[in-house]
Amino acid sequence: MTIKFDNVYINDTGTVTGPYEKNGPLQSYFDKSYNDFYFGLKTWEQAESKLIEDSIDILLNKIGRTRFDIDLHISGDLMNQLTSSNYAASKLGIPYLGVYNACATSTEGLIIGSSLVDKKIIKNCVCSVSSHNNSAEKQFRYPIEYGGPKRKTTTFTTTGGASAYLSSDKKGIRIESGTVGSVIDMGIKDVYNMGAVMAPAAAQTIYEHLRDTKREIDYYDLVLTGDLGIYGKKILKEYMETEYNIKLKNYDDTACMIFDLDNQPVYAGASGPACAPLVTYGYIFNKMKKKEITRVLLVATGALMSPTMVNEKMTIPSIAHAISLEVIE
Amino acid sequence: MEKNKYKQLVDKHTPKENRMYNGMIAFLSGGLMGVLGQFILQLYSYYLDIPTKEAGTYMIITLIFIGCLLTCFGFFDKWVNFCKAGLFIPITGFAHAMMSAALDYKKEGLVTGIGASMFKLAGAVIIFGVVSAYVFGLLRLIIFGG
Repeated sequence: MTIKFDNVYINDTGTVTGPYEKNGPLQSYFDKSYNDFYFGLKTWEQAESKLIEDSIDILLNKIGRTRFDIDLHISGDLMNQLTSSNYAASKLGIPYLGVYNACATSTEGLIIGSSLVDKKIIKNCVCSVSSHNNSAEKQFRYPIEYGGPKRKTTTFTTTGGASAYLSSDKKGIRIESGTVGSVIDMGIKDVYNMGAVMAPAAAQTIYEHLRDTKREIDYYDLVLTGDLGIYGKKILKEYMETEYNIKLKNYDDTACMIFDLDNQPVYAGASGPACAPLVTYGYIFNKMKKKEITRVLLVATGALMSPTMVNEKMTIPSIAHAISLEVIE
Repeated sequence: MEKNKYKQLVDKHTPKENRMYNGMIAFLSGGLMGVLGQFILQLYSYYLDIPTKEAGTYMIITLIFIGCLLTCFGFFDKWVNFCKAGLFIPITGFAHAMMSAALDYKKEGLVTGIGASMFKLAGAVIIFGVVSAYVFGLLRLIIFGG
């Protein structure tokens, strides 16, 4: 399902990261970075919540508004019960919608926000996401200090918070349309190969977006997937060709961009809901503002994985939502 | 695309793990671990005059302590990650699993955190250790008469 938006713009963004992102190749594009995983707080869960709060503080400062000027806050993260978003929202006091689509949460939030702004139901909204390496490892995998062997296909959860301010003021980057993906299950059970789980969802969403908008893949200067990683990227390219006969040329994956894959211990690349927006809001938007690229299709991908279901030998479903971003002419 | 066809595609793009290399590293580091254990055992039995049987217990306790301490210092996970089975099959791996879980959950309280979750990883080792000890002990009793 593709929704066309006539009048929605990402006016500004706020990004905060942890230490690994700070040492990565995109360090200069983030608004703020921390050197540790606690940010002066007692637990990683509280720290993750602070990532959202900080990114919104930075955002509100940039646009010169207070929280009372914001109509709606849409937020999501990986923690059980959306803890990080909920606790950040409890401090902000803005009307709030919590959303979850794993690592596709960022574009999910943007599509919901854009729809409401475009139909003039609300004047503006803030969409935020967060992920924290240590809190995610603790919840989904092993204790942080446990050094179990990791496979090459394992991804490394991004630590960061990213917020975007959406309104109908003609400023920043335009959200031209959004495609809501459907959940796909290709029978993969391997929790250490999330790229393989999510690639078909990304492929289907890209295909449906192009079909609904009657566009060719070349229409976009860049197609960006969320967090497929090195191997997921290869799978997607081949899958797109064999299944939909679409050849991805101007294509990259944010999981392969945020870290230095050769020198940082991140295995197949990054993951986490914050990965795609951190790369897009900083690095990609900068390129767009310089008009090096004008049209970008951002396809955030999420593995809807539950450790309980995996233990119960179930396969892992996945989803992807796409938004089409354009430079304002 | 059908699921089995997709699985083939995934397998094609999934890198192979270097089993030979990992095995060699585990063999060497595990061997060194054994040498260290033997060294501590000799140290206790010869220099501290502890009977060898008892010195074995002290040696194990020492290794557990080292494993736990280095886990707390925050770099033992990198060693285990590199040495793999060489470090997590010996008693150090068990200590490491317990300690890392305890460190993660200590913020959730003494009883509800450490107490409830310390055995999250190591619990399986204990359960199956006890069960297999029982089964093999029984077999030994039946076959060899104790």
